[in-house]
This record gives sequence, structure tokens and C-alpha cells, in this order.
Amino acid sequence: MKNIFFYSLGLIGLMLITTGCQKEVTNRTANLPALDPASTDLTAGTWRTILLSRPDSFAVAAPVATSSPLYLADLFEIKSLQKTLTGEQASTIKYWAAGSVLRWNEIMRGLVAKYNLPPEAISDTSYPIPSSANPLAYPLFPFSNPPYAARAYGYISAAQYDALVACWHYKTLYNRAAPYVVDSTVSALYINKTTLPSYPSEAAVLAGVTAEMMKLLFPDEIANIQAKLVEAEQATIMSGAATRADITAGEALGRQVAELFIARARGDNAGKAVGTPSDWSNFVTITTNQGLTPWNSLETPKRPPMLPLFYKVKPFLFDSATVVSLRPAPPPAVGSDEMNKDVAEVKNYINNPTRENMRIVQFWADGVGTYTPPGHWNAIAAEDFANQNYSEVRFARNMALLNMTEMDAAIVCWDIKYHFFNPRPTQLDPSIKTLTGIPNFPAYVSGHSTFSGAAATILGYLLPSNAAKYNAMATEAGLSRLVGGIHYRTDCETGLTVGENVGNYAILRAQNDGAN
Amino acid sequence: MKKKTKFHLVTAMAFSLVATLAKAQTVDDAIMMSKKQWCNGLTYMHSSWNEYWEGTTKRTNLNLGTVTTQSVMYMTSYGITDKLNLLVNVPYVWTNSSAGTLHGMKGFQDIDVDLKYEFYKTKIGKGDLSLIGLAGVTTPLSNYENDFLPMSIGLGSTNLSGRLTADYQNGLFFATLSSAYVFRSNVTIDRTSYYTTQINYTNEVDMPNQLYSNLFVGIRNSRLTVQAQLMNMYTFGGFDIRKNDMPFVSNQMNSTSLGAHVKYFLPFIPNLEVVASADYVIAGRNVGQAQTYTGGFFYILGL
Repeated sequence: MKNIFFYSLGLIGLMLITTGCQKEVTNRTANLPALDPASTDLTAGTWRTILLSRPDSFAVAAPVATSSPLYLADLFEIKSLQKTLTGEQASTIKYWAAGSVLRWNEIMRGLVAKYNLPPEAISDTSYPIPSSANPLAYPLFPFSNPPYAARAYGYISAAQYDALVACWHYKTLYNRAAPYVVDSTVSALYINKTTLPSYPSEAAVLAGVTAEMMKLLFPDEIANIQAKLVEAEQATIMSGAATRADITAGEALGRQVAELFIARARGDNAGKAVGTPSDWSNFVTITTNQGLTPWNSLETPKRPPMLPLFYKVKPFLFDSATVVSLRPAPPPAVGSDEMNKDVAEVKNYINNPTRENMRIVQFWADGVGTYTPPGHWNAIAAEDFANQNYSEVRFARNMALLNMTEMDAAIVCWDIKYHFFNPRPTQLDPSIKTLTGIPNFPAYVSGHSTFSGAAATILGYLLPSNAAKYNAMATEAGLSRLVGGIHYRTDCETGLTVGENVGNYAILRAQNDGAN
Repeated sequence: MKKKTKFHLVTAMAFSLVATLAKAQTVDDAIMMSKKQWCNGLTYMHSSWNEYWEGTTKRTNLNLGTVTTQSVMYMTSYGITDKLNLLVNVPYVWTNSSAGTLHGMKGFQDIDVDLKYEFYKTKIGKGDLSLIGLAGVTTPLSNYENDFLPMSIGLGSTNLSGRLTADYQNGLFFATLSSAYVFRSNVTIDRTSYYTTQINYTNEVDMPNQLYSNLFVGIRNSRLTVQAQLMNMYTFGGFDIRKNDMPFVSNQMNSTSLGAHVKYFLPFIPNLEVVASADYVIAGRNVGQAQTYTGGFFYILGL
């Protein structure tokens, strides 16, 4: 009989051995193939820029001739690196070869998740506010909540796009072939050969522009970002795609283009979006004076509303008057039959939540410690774009369209939220317990729905074969907030429509930017 | 009734941020069922905390208040032989918090199936020493939401454990030392990415393995057991909850608790045993400082 025991011990040992090897967790995108553009998009230097007035606003000096000793020295560097390539270096090349726009976007999402933590209360009455002047002190700057994140993704992607348009301009102007074309003894390691000129290097442009933008957006991360920049540039040289001179010129161009966007960001009103105590109480006064029930923070202690003046931020796709024009009709008044029905529906969903509803809520929660809803749509888009054989510049253009849409959706949504200052379901019925945290801002309209409606609209335009999928995802994202107990149906349905309206401005831009 | 017909003790160790992380029954004592004896029991557990360790920093959270986990567990064990027992436990768990807005969770948690084997017994001095090995597996009985801590009823991993227990009894007095290594399978969550100390683009989470260690000291005769208990849970890896972040399934959850446990065979119903215990977490990391109370009864049948 004791054999039973030892047999079972043996069985467990066997299970340990077989499952033990599978404990390592691998990122979905870890082993993506190298970028293999269907087109080099050689005319991208003529595509419509966002802030750059001309693609050659920033000068890039002509490269030296491929016969010059300087160039030969650069080739020699590549060849000696390739000769002594380590396994780790090969992994780095493969990682970046999947596409620099993709990889920087992934890094950016990681930073948003890292910094998306609401500051802890100082006392039983108040909260500290992160300060860009003192980013290393607690609370760390930034608190990358959804509007902050939407704007950060927007600026980074827009700057990357403009920088690559300038890059492509000089590529066609100088038309210097890649090292592996000039010298047949240079290999194209773990990358696909293209006929795209290599001066200035698009990988270095992306590294430079992104690193520079990060100084503004995630100042605590400058050292880490600089290390990533060096890694990306070194990988590009080792792969045979670019020479040291291609890299140097590219990084400088990227950093210059970033300055343009940083200057805009400093003056776009985001720095004042936190508001003041009098701003906060003003929302309450205005709403109360209209005979309506004002929104209340449901946290203890009561937390000031999240970035209430974010609606004043300057959008990318339209002007501030358009923001106001995108406001929908008011939500049902508290106490009206319609609102009572809405509250009852939320209560009904939350009374006995189904497992499938819990799954939907968690899938789309994108709350504290995550890359936020705009980040979620970045993940969806980037992983779909990765299968499209895009050039870097087209990848960047599509990400810029998405992220300008998401930033503007945040501005429009925040305008609506603080214009109507409408309570959450739990404020009206405290017995409504929620399946995820209640965001600390007014209900109408749902941010998730607005972000998702906007993203699905522009992504559906960019990848028409996926349009139905994106729309279904957006609808589910909106629904997740209703069945999770934190929004009324009206918030979600109206939010989706508002988002679509914002997305249509991005389509308008996409139809006229010269990339089609 | 023979001396060794007593059922293994039941100790709730639900001192974690997740409900009954340390399985609510211990398989860590030295008591064996005799051949063809069949024991069935029900226990109720109530565990609550209003302070928890965020990493190594202890704090309260006004948006959680007191988090309470309760469970009812059906437990059964059978003597295949005098030296080999089969143990099965099925817990139903529910949670709630006294403040904030988070929804409580409920459901069948993880079934636990163990084989317990007394492989060595000898006299040392005036006392008896026995050595017991145990092999066990736990796995979720329902598809509960594991990514909603601290309200989740469990973590969702399938665990394999190997345990070694040494027990020494001299007259009325006894001491039991027991240790288990728990191999935990990876789990999946409903999200497609999550942040640990870095961003992870996957729904799969690497669950670090754990070590559970217990020391019981007390008196024991055929009718009554009274013991003091020191219990430790250690997680080999995982990460700390960041300041004001939510807890996560793969946090490094460590804890040490101190408690007492009593079990008693009722004089008027000789096969009915009642059990009760109380435990309090005295040190921890990424867990709640729970106080846990358990009560229950067992009935032993001779087949």
C-alpha cells in the first residue's frame, strides 16, 4: 500500500519536471520577425507634417562620400562588431529589428503603467500633488493617469512622425545606400535588406526624438531612456543597417524636432490642468446653482477631481471651439425617471455579476498601475500594425493618427465631464459595489467609451478589414464600465458617439496627409 | 477508540491579502486515521484585517476598511491503511470590505487532495517519534476572478506540494515540526498586460514557489489536544506592492502567525470531535495582518 504514496510522489516529481520548464513567461511580441516593409514609402518626405513647417526646417549636413576614409572607418566599425557579435548582442538586434516605433511604444506604455499610481493621502484630509519641478520627491512626477497618458502618447507619436518625415526627406535628398549595399562584406544581420537610403538613420531619429520628449514627460527616466537609446543605436549599427554617421545625424535631427513639440507642450495648458481649490469648488457651485446634483469624490479622504482643467489643453486635430461643439446633450437629471432607470440597471448588473462580465471588466479595466485605456488601444494597434509590413514612417504615421485622436478624445471627454459634473452610480446609490476601482472624476461621458470609440474609428479607417473587430471591442470596452458598476448606460453610449466624432477628424487628416 | 483515530487538525491560515492563501486545512500534523476509518467534517473560518503590509510598510487603507474573508470547508479523510491516508478538502469562500466600493467575491475555491504516509516510527527515550510524508495537489474548483485582490477568493494556481512532518510525543506533551515546499503553476489573468517591476505583455503570470513551515507545541491525549502554533509562509521571489498600488497575484507574500488550537472529542458522542483555533499575524510582507478564527466538527465512521 505504501507504494501508492511513492507512486504519487513520483507522479508529482514528473509533473514538476514537465511543468517546471514552462514557468518562464514570454512577452507576446518578444519574437516578432524583423520589419519587412512592403514599400519603403520613399515619398514620405512630402507627407503632411504636424508641427514642422517644412521637412527641412532643421538642416542635416550632406554625408561624406562613400569613398572617403571617414566612411570606410565607419564600415570597418560595423565589420568588426559583426565579427565579434555575442549572443546577447544578437538578441538586442532582433528585438529592435521588429521596429523602432513599435519598441519605443512598448517602452512608453511600460512607463505609463509604472507612473500610473494615485498619490497617497498626506493626512485624513488632503493629498499631495506631483510636481514637475521636483519629480523625484514623492509623489513622483508624473501621475500618468488617463488624460496625462493620452497627451504623452499623443506628443511622442506626433513628434516621432514629424521627425521621420524629415528623416525621409533627407534620405531621398542624399540617397546614400545602406552599408550592406555599399559594401558586400557587410552583412544584414537579423534584418531584412531594403533599398531605403540609410542617411540619416530612422532608428536614430526615433531614439533621439523619443529620448528628448521623455525629458519633459517622464523626467525621472532620463537615464534609463538614454540607455535604451544607446542600445537601439548600437543594435542598428551591428545589424549593418546604418553607419555611425547615419546614427549621429539621425539622433541630432530627432532631438531637434522634439524641441518643437516640447515648446508646444509647455504652452498647451496641461501644466495648469490640476486646477486650484477654488477651481474645484467652482464646479460644485455652478452645478448646484443649476439645481443639479454635483459630482462627489467617492474616495476617503475626498480626493480633488482628476485634472479638471485638462479640457483647456490645446488639441492636435481641431481648435478649442470645436471641443465645445462636440459636447453632447446633457445626461438625464438626477431624480428623473430616466436616471432612476439608469441607476437601477447598474444595480441590477452588479447584484449578481456573471463571470463573463467580470472578465470583460478586468480585460478593459486599465486602471491604477496600467498603461490606461489609450495605452490599451496602443497595444491593440501596435500588435496589428506589426503584421502589416509597414515602413517605420508609415507605422509612425498611423500611431500618430491614433494617439492624436486619443489625446483629443481626452480633451473633449474632460470638457464634457467637467461641464456636466455628473455623479457616479455609487454616489446616487451607495449600495452599488463595483468590480473595479471608481475613477476619481465625473461620470458623464465615459472616458473608456470615448477613448475606445475614437480609437476604433481611426483604426477602422486605417485597417478596414479590422473595422468590425475594433467596433466590437469599443462597444465591449464601453459595456465593461456599465456591468462593472461605474457608469450608466447613457455615459457609455454617448461616450462612444463622442469618440467616433473625434475619430472622424483624424480620418479627415489621414485622407489628406499624402500617405495614401 | 484507538489513540490514533483522531483527525488531523484544522487550522485556518487565511492571513494573506488573498482569502485562504495558505490552505485552510493543515496537513501538517502527525495524526493518522486507522485503516477503513472515514472522517467527515465541516469548518467555518472568519479572517479579517484592517492593516496590511505594502511591501514592508504597514498601513491602513480608508478605502478598504476591514477586509473579511469567510469560508465553509468540507473535509474528508480516509484510512487506506493505518499508515496511508487520503485527505480531500473543498472550501467555499466569500469576501467583503467594510469601506470603499469594491464588490465582494464568492465561490468554490481550490480543492485539495493529499496522500499522507507515516513512513517511520520509533521510540526515542520515553517518547515516540514519527515521521510523515505528504504529497498534495490543489487546483481551482471554479473559474473565479483571481485578478481582483484583495477581494479575490484565490490566486488561481494549481499547486503541487511535498511535505515532511516530524512529531515527538512524551507522555502528555508533544511537539510537531512540519515543512512543505509548494510548487505553483503559472496563472492567467483576464488582462493582456500587467506591471510587476516591469511591463509584461502577456496574460500569463509567473507564480513564485513557496515554503510553509509550522511548529506546534502542546499537550495531547486520546480525547483532547491543546497546542500553541507558530506558522510561517515564505514566497521565493515575487515583488512588493508599490506605494498606493493594488496587490497582485505574484506579490512576494510572506507571513508569520502565532495562534492556539484546541480539539476535543465530546464525551456524550464519542466519534464527534470539535475543533477551534485562533491565529494572529505577527509579521508580514504584502499580506494583511489578519486575525483568524476557526470552528468546526468532525465525525468519524468505521467502515
